[in-house]
Amino acid sequence: MNQKESQAVNRREFIFACKRALPLAGLLFFPLSATDLILAQENEKYNPTEHNYAMGIDTHKCIGCGRCADACKKENNVPLEPIFFRTWVERYIIAGNGEVSVDSPNGGIDGFPEIKGDKEALRTFFVPKLCNHCANPPCVQVCPVGATFISRDGVVLVDEKYCVGCRYCIQACPYGARYLHPEKKVADKCTFCYHRIVKGLLPACVEVCPTQTRIFGEVGVRSSPLSRFVRFNDITVLKPSLNTSPKVYYAGTDGEVR
Amino acid sequence: MESIAANLLQGFHEVTGYMYPNEYELHWGLLIVLYPYLTGLVAGAFILASLERVFNVKALKPVYRLSLLSALAFLFVAPLPLLAHLGHPERAFEMFLTPHTQSAMAMFGFVYAWYLMVVLLLEIWLDYRKDIVTWSREKKGIMKFVYRILSLGTSDLSDGAIRFDNKLGKIITIIGIPSAFLLHGYVGFIFGSVKANPWWSSVLMPIVFLFSAIVSGIALVLLIYMITTMFRLKELNMPCLNKLAEFLLYAMLVDFSLELLDFIQRLYESEESIHILSQMISSRLFISLIISQIILGSILPMLALVWARFGKIPDEMRRMAYFIAAILVQVGIFSTRWNVVIGGQLFSKSLRGLTVYKTELFGFEGLFMSAFLLILPFLILYIFARFLPPWTDREIIGNKSAS
Repeated sequence: MNQKESQAVNRREFIFACKRALPLAGLLFFPLSATDLILAQENEKYNPTEHNYAMGIDTHKCIGCGRCADACKKENNVPLEPIFFRTWVERYIIAGNGEVSVDSPNGGIDGFPEIKGDKEALRTFFVPKLCNHCANPPCVQVCPVGATFISRDGVVLVDEKYCVGCRYCIQACPYGARYLHPEKKVADKCTFCYHRIVKGLLPACVEVCPTQTRIFGEVGVRSSPLSRFVRFNDITVLKPSLNTSPKVYYAGTDGEVR
Repeated sequence: MESIAANLLQGFHEVTGYMYPNEYELHWGLLIVLYPYLTGLVAGAFILASLERVFNVKALKPVYRLSLLSALAFLFVAPLPLLAHLGHPERAFEMFLTPHTQSAMAMFGFVYAWYLMVVLLLEIWLDYRKDIVTWSREKKGIMKFVYRILSLGTSDLSDGAIRFDNKLGKIITIIGIPSAFLLHGYVGFIFGSVKANPWWSSVLMPIVFLFSAIVSGIALVLLIYMITTMFRLKELNMPCLNKLAEFLLYAMLVDFSLELLDFIQRLYESEESIHILSQMISSRLFISLIISQIILGSILPMLALVWARFGKIPDEMRRMAYFIAAILVQVGIFSTRWNVVIGGQLFSKSLRGLTVYKTELFGFEGLFMSAFLLILPFLILYIFARFLPPWTDREIIGNKSAS
């Protein structure tokens, strides 16, 4: 198009036209940067105070495939060793005599071994676990420098450029949801995939879940899957006696889950 | 990185029951055991010193300065294990620059600074000022210069000035007692306020920490006094030693009763966590809690102290019994710190499993580092004693061959 125009104009005009067209040409060659540009503009519109994120977990639906834990590790560069998890899946086996056994080999990523033994299993079920993004978080309370905080959109985050690595927050978390990143030497935990949700995307674990066990949404927005989930299920939270006000809501979890 | 993970994975097979996956790594190790141990010695030694100063227990005069200097030497070392343990020690100062006011740990920094700057340094300086000024006049060469600096420009030795020193010193000691209580009570609070951990979460924690601190501090000063006197080839002051043993015994009785109360309360309340905790006590903590802390570290030394203090036995044997009792007390208090810090992490917060703790030899978190940090305060104390001799036997003061 530029060439056609150039035939009708002199050289000077042609150069100016090229100059003007340069950003457009850039768009052709670097389509990624263009999407970045658009997203950046969207981000400017993002108002964190308008959101209060939370998650629902329908344990009836969980099949223990561990895709969520796997996706989380890949999405967030969580170290692969089986002792660092932002989310993991637990299996509960409740025997006829009421005896409970729990396991979570490699966080459930590689699936679960067959139930052995002659004991009859009364009930078995899977429970995905993650940071509860408590509204009254003990981890935030104890951080000596304020490196861990509740964001304005209700997500508990860690500022890795500020964390001193004292591990007090890890001790204070009743849910075992935090670990010390072995390379960065700072506390690390689930962020609800903050980099995704601010763009309107779902957290990786929710995105990949094949059974829609995980429902991501916001507290107080009536017309949302999360509200529907909370309305139509008997909801529990983990360790309510600790008064942490968790924002991960469970349906179908047994009293044995803690 | 690989070695870290390999190390952590070692413990994998020794886990019984279920741990949350992130709990396999024990987060607070040997260094964090040292921290309350060292801080406790500081608080205890100071409280002992204040007995002489504020409550006029004259028998303790020979160990007054010694306990102050010991407290200072240990106070210098107390934050080092914390610093070495941080993932980012270079950011440690942020705790002072941008503290999070709700955090027990951040506020501890200020309690520590207050204690160091306002209480301990000031009290020691006021107590020594007269001697420092005298030394700055008598000594020659570099020592003269050192004392000149230590005197901070003061030279007034008039009666009025000395009276003022004493008066201010006493006021500071009076402020110092609650400060010492605050210092170690606060360490207890750092653990006791973690509601997520049933082994730690207890209102008694600060009080138990405080009394165990007094116990360990008195025992430490008793040990240092006996050893230094031996090396200086001087006579031990028996009334002083007896008084120390007496106070040690009383503090131990209070401390032991409090711990027993805590134990009985937990057992009787029998909360959700009792099963896993009793499993832990009878397996993982059996040696360090039942044997080391309770039998070796509490009951035996208490019996020894009662026998040695109130029994009709020769002084020689009495001294021996005090010495052994004081060493056992140190073992006991160290075990107490171990059982709190390590014990609190050996069980899962899911209350369904137990893990193990393995100490490394090398590295910041290792055994050698801890040994170094335990020896360091004694080296610092030695240097202090060179410059500010705490000995009360008259002929030593002003004598160059002090030790």
